[in-house]
Amino acid sequence: MSTVILLTLTGLGLAALYFLIASGLSLVFGLAGVLNFAHGLFLSVGAYATWWAAPRWGLAVAVPLGIAAGAATGALVEVVLIRPLYKRPTEQVLVTVGLSLAGVALLQSVWGADPRTYPRPAWAAQVTTIGSAQVPDDRFLLIGTAVAVLLALLLFLHKTRYGLVIRAGVENRDMVSALGIDVRRAFTLVFAIGGALAGTAGVLGGMYFGSVSPGQGASLLIFAFIVVVIGGLGSVTGSAVAAVVVGLLQQFVNYYGAAGAGDVSVVALLALVLLLRPSGLARTAVTA
Amino acid sequence: MILEVRDLSVRLGGSHILQGVTFDVPPAGVTALLGRNGVGKTTTLRAILGEVPATGAVEFGGEPVLGRATHKIVRSGLGYVPEDRCVFGGLTVAENLRLAVRGADPDYDTVHELFPELRARAGQRAGTLSGGQQQMVAIARVLLNRNRLLLVDEPTKGLAPAVVSAVAAVLGRVAEQVPILLVEQNLAVVRRLAAGAVVLEAGRVAWTGAASDLLGDAGRTRTLLGVGRS
Repeated sequence: MSTVILLTLTGLGLAALYFLIASGLSLVFGLAGVLNFAHGLFLSVGAYATWWAAPRWGLAVAVPLGIAAGAATGALVEVVLIRPLYKRPTEQVLVTVGLSLAGVALLQSVWGADPRTYPRPAWAAQVTTIGSAQVPDDRFLLIGTAVAVLLALLLFLHKTRYGLVIRAGVENRDMVSALGIDVRRAFTLVFAIGGALAGTAGVLGGMYFGSVSPGQGASLLIFAFIVVVIGGLGSVTGSAVAAVVVGLLQQFVNYYGAAGAGDVSVVALLALVLLLRPSGLARTAVTA
Repeated sequence: MILEVRDLSVRLGGSHILQGVTFDVPPAGVTALLGRNGVGKTTTLRAILGEVPATGAVEFGGEPVLGRATHKIVRSGLGYVPEDRCVFGGLTVAENLRLAVRGADPDYDTVHELFPELRARAGQRAGTLSGGQQQMVAIARVLLNRNRLLLVDEPTKGLAPAVVSAVAAVLGRVAEQVPILLVEQNLAVVRRLAAGAVVLEAGRVAWTGAASDLLGDAGRTRTLLGVGRS
């Protein structure tokens, strides 16, 4: 029983990371139609910014700084690189893939390819006993943050004017423009939100794995893309549900099956969803 | 003239859709933009709105608008009711309307007077409405704001006869306040509403004049629109 509890909470912790990355990715694709392969770079920028700042100013300053760095990178990439390419999807993909590769190379050149030990609050390194299981506290940090982010995102999407614009834009951005709304501002905003969420994932991922490395963002991004497709493009709630399914499936299959079988099972699930429910769990691209 | 279109040309995907379209829209009443399927009526509206790249000149209220962003053209007072309604199905009726509000003083009174049903269905998702109800939402969106011209694309398409009549009645009332450039296949609706008509053929203007002159001449109607007198 203790193994099941531990696997469940570890799987949910991983799901929290996937959700934080996938929700921004999903909103960016749903609204702006951009398949952003550079999203992993936003994660890495956030992670490294916090890693760099923590010894200097402490985590209380370093964590918000990492999140802000992710948001600023997202907005900057949208304004400088993506905006001129909105009607050229092939070039968009090339630019974001190139940026992702260049970002990893840049991080390697500055801080090397080896993983760096990541700072975390002392309490997150402790364990809590649930039943007979000893669960590391960082799992609760990840799960709690993801739940808070999900609620905040839903509040933002349903209670604010920009949230309304984003939800409508995910359905039909041309019609949003035809109502007199500058939908490109919303594009920049979703890139910034996506960057902030990826930055948050970078910080929490560093704490979860205990280290940060230049390729961490890209490897997490693969599973985030799978979560986005399974959850339904443009759906935040769909991303949350899909992230939980993927995280738990991966953990349990990896433990009870062969090592690495969890990753294969996730890809198999993706294939199954694409066959049976091509538009994802949410079916329609609404951000509820 | 509230709208002056000069030598408007659009190429899309290798096709020369509009080939020098020229016409005017007067500052009152309904002007019908007619033609057979595929002659470029919807493309003309979308080019005026800046939704497709176009060459030529379009002046709205004396200001050139070609090349400007769609949202800026709309904010200058051009309301658009698109073909197939294009309501946001995942949003409620109230959210669809709230999204369309541009100024500080939206005219909900007119909307609720013309479409009392929308008040009752405010919390219902627009995707679950009937075609006629969705058309109410689409028209209501442009009535919330002070527009100087409305572009209305096939508002009766796919609607039941009773609903067609209701939509036509609403557009007639709206046209008393703001001019309309109307794309419409239903010639009975055109006859009821339009004072002027512009007929497109193969991406060019084939005829302009009074709608009554066009519809009163069965031979001309058959030649230009491919239908008998309705």
